[in-house]
Amino acid sequence: MKGRLHSIETFGTVDGPGIRTVFFMQGCPAKCLYCHNPDSWDLNGGNRYIEISEILHWVERGRTYYGEKGGVTFSGGEPLLQGEFITEAIKAIHSIGIKSAIDVSGTYVDEHTEAAVAECDLVLLDIKHTDAEKFETITGKSQETLLRLIDIINKHDKHVWIRNVIVPGINDTDEDIHQLNEFIKRIKHIDKIELLGYHTMGVNKYGKLGITYRLKGVPAMNEKKLTYLRNLVRMPE
Amino acid sequence: MKKEWKGFNTGSWTEQIDVEEFISLNYKPYDGDDTFLAGPTKRTEECCARVQELLAVERKAGGTLKVDSSRIMRINAFGPGYIVPGKDIIVGLQTDEPLKRGICPFGGIKMVREEVAEFGETLPEDINKIFEYVTTHNDGVFKAYSKEMKQVRHLGFITGLPDAYGRGRIIGDYRRAALYGIDFLIEEKKKDHEMIASRHVMNEENIRTAEEVFNQIQALKEIKKMADSYGFDISGPAKDVKEAIQWTYFAYLAGIKEENGAAMSLGRTSTFIDIYAERDLANGVYTEEEIQEFIDDFILKLRVARHLRTTEYNELFGGDPMWITEGIGGVGMDGRHKVTKTSFRYLQTLYNLGPAPEPNLTVLWSAKLPEPFKQFCAKVSIDTDSIQYENDDKMRPHCGEDYSIACCVSAIQMGQQMQFFGARCNLAKILLLGLNGGIEERTGEKVGPQMEPVGDGPIDFDDAWKRFNIYLEWLMELYVNIMNIIHSMHDKYDFERSQMAFLNSEVKRLMAFGVAGLSVAADSLSAIKYAKVYPIRDENGVIIDFKTEGEFPKYGNDDDRVDDIAIAISGRTIEELRKHPTYRNAVHTLSVLTITSNVMYGKKTGNTPDGRRAGTPFAPGANPMHERDSHGAVASLNSVSKIDWEICQDGISNTFSITPEALGKDRGSQIDTLVGLLNGYFQRGAHHLNVNVLNRNLLKDAYDNPEKYPNLTVRVSGYAVRFNALSKNHQKEVIARTFHQGI
Repeated sequence: MKGRLHSIETFGTVDGPGIRTVFFMQGCPAKCLYCHNPDSWDLNGGNRYIEISEILHWVERGRTYYGEKGGVTFSGGEPLLQGEFITEAIKAIHSIGIKSAIDVSGTYVDEHTEAAVAECDLVLLDIKHTDAEKFETITGKSQETLLRLIDIINKHDKHVWIRNVIVPGINDTDEDIHQLNEFIKRIKHIDKIELLGYHTMGVNKYGKLGITYRLKGVPAMNEKKLTYLRNLVRMPE
Repeated sequence: MKKEWKGFNTGSWTEQIDVEEFISLNYKPYDGDDTFLAGPTKRTEECCARVQELLAVERKAGGTLKVDSSRIMRINAFGPGYIVPGKDIIVGLQTDEPLKRGICPFGGIKMVREEVAEFGETLPEDINKIFEYVTTHNDGVFKAYSKEMKQVRHLGFITGLPDAYGRGRIIGDYRRAALYGIDFLIEEKKKDHEMIASRHVMNEENIRTAEEVFNQIQALKEIKKMADSYGFDISGPAKDVKEAIQWTYFAYLAGIKEENGAAMSLGRTSTFIDIYAERDLANGVYTEEEIQEFIDDFILKLRVARHLRTTEYNELFGGDPMWITEGIGGVGMDGRHKVTKTSFRYLQTLYNLGPAPEPNLTVLWSAKLPEPFKQFCAKVSIDTDSIQYENDDKMRPHCGEDYSIACCVSAIQMGQQMQFFGARCNLAKILLLGLNGGIEERTGEKVGPQMEPVGDGPIDFDDAWKRFNIYLEWLMELYVNIMNIIHSMHDKYDFERSQMAFLNSEVKRLMAFGVAGLSVAADSLSAIKYAKVYPIRDENGVIIDFKTEGEFPKYGNDDDRVDDIAIAISGRTIEELRKHPTYRNAVHTLSVLTITSNVMYGKKTGNTPDGRRAGTPFAPGANPMHERDSHGAVASLNSVSKIDWEICQDGISNTFSITPEALGKDRGSQIDTLVGLLNGYFQRGAHHLNVNVLNRNLLKDAYDNPEKYPNLTVRVSGYAVRFNALSKNHQKEVIARTFHQGI
């Protein structure tokens, strides 16, 4: 069985706990306004396939670095677009004693999603926006999908890291954070909530791909403001 | 049983010299954290401020504060000197003033003349006169060199040979002075001398050794006299921790007074000193604050040690290094780790006195080190960029539990081994020479065996590999012979009596060869194997460049296809070296280490098939070429970890720069990640890691505004430097290195 791969990062330190091997899978159904990896959108883009055996090869090469907390993260793109492959990969990785996380956008669910969620050890869940209308503006997809995914995650009692990219003018008010606090109450096991500041480092990729960048002129998120907003975040009781 | 040993567990160490056994029977492993540590005292801050002032003046003066060429540096050439008279508590300077440099002419009078001339001085007549009659090491070597030896030297196939100054890399077991006192050591040496001089066959080796031991006894007597000039009688053992530090330092100081070797390590003193500290704490002799103050003052003394160097020397070994390397931590053969409170105290000096390149603090890492110590080391690395790490689990089975590090990465058994230092040969140039069939690529000069150059391409890998091996075979024979000459002459004309006095009289010897340009050679051969490489010739038919078509795997991405080539190159090199007998039956060892000479090696090397342009610096040590390691830090580290220490027992240096953000979002996770990275890397069998946690922008700013960063310290290749002390070229190369960043 083969998966479509965008790239591998052998030293992931922010996508889940500890040191992780991160497989960035190719293809994403969403077209988020601020996406800094537009080159990972097209499922048929790139020309790199990866087999389970190669995944295991890289996991063995990373094993001594993982310690007790680290492991593998499947990110993207949207890894659930290749749910069947991800499920098989995580099973194989489990069989050699290593844990896996999936880093998902909440914009895609299909018949393979539940198996993938059930198999993984941690979900990094991006909450694009708490407001259904704005969610659609940012991602081009319905927020219904996110809610369905949360049901699946809760059903399997999976632990979750919440992530929310804060963009000036889109979701950077006190009210936005209060709404986020409300919204995530529906998720059973939250280990961590991360607000990530919008940055402009991916912008030049758009030019190369001939895609219009829709947030042109929006400045990177101010660090001070971000720290202020982080203090408003409340872990659900 | 001497009275100074009261409270120590006894063993055979009380009858014969055995510091290792003394430590093993008496040290207390410390499993706790850093909360017990004391900050700097007022006095420490005052002395430290004085040193900062002096360093600023030294920097303004262009790197050298003061030169005294009035006398030859011997143990008692200068009277006592102090940093702040009346305030120093551990005393002793090389000359009579801090940062003042003297002359060591027995390695080479020529270089001393150049050094002195650079500071607008000339040697006094009486010294000039002496060298009309006396042969120096440098004179001796050039009397014996063949034409071909001189040729490979000036063309840059072998660079950095210690044939013009002191060879360094010898580590006396200076702890012996503290544990036994000098008189006992003299008695032991006298017994050795009598035994060796009375042998039935007085062959060359025995005659030489007898003379050497005699000279060592002389040095020991002079060291006693030097201590006496500072008001200390070191004929007997040290009675407390302050004396143990002082005695050890006097022994070390004698070596750096009369020898100017490139690297002069301290050894492995912290756990030894800790035994005295624990005894004094238990008996209420000294408090934690006092003990930390002794250590701070000791380290401050080491920070003002200097040798007089030429500009040319600094091009090779940038940043004015001394390599006062101290090994900290590690594990004993009985499985107990050797981390003590004093291991923490040594590292604490980087906070109490601020970050600094010297002494070259080296953590001997093991999976078995206690977690709080690992965390503390990672914290110190993140805060100061001043320490390096070496794999104790790899070295211990071979070197035992009481080894130390000569220079950057070379393990030596304390008291029992010495090393013949031997610079390094240029692997990339060997490949180019092979492709050209014996014509040097920059000058067109013929050198080595002559054969047809390669055809018009694409170059066949098997042919290229065969050629590489032919020229490797030729150069390695020459290399061993050059080294034999150098060390024979050094023993003869510039014997390190004051350092050798603290070693066994009959030592085991290592001959340390080295390679530079491993990643360039491996990537070039990978290009030939996996892409299409066509030679480009000049009007005389000399290959001066290459056209490389297609992609090829690059060293530094955990890709076995190219990493195996790097492994094969290192294996073939030591195999060739071992074919040739060495002076005094030294054991051949090999390092993948460049100091800062990777810049110089690059300068002397033409275009290479990997796409590297002529004159571009090599990557340092065993590092992947700058920015070619594109699959993340783990992949980069894994490639280097494959170069086997069993093959390269003189060490495999890897210098690693990472941004703080890439380690994690907060301090706690940054520390955890760095510990995880070190654990993972060393568990894969890797040997060495220099860790820098900083941003490229910081270095760029320091490049433009040096006055803003007087103490910015960076690890370069097996050692650390003040960034400001590097030449602009070296600074640029450090900035160009791969910085592993967040994703």
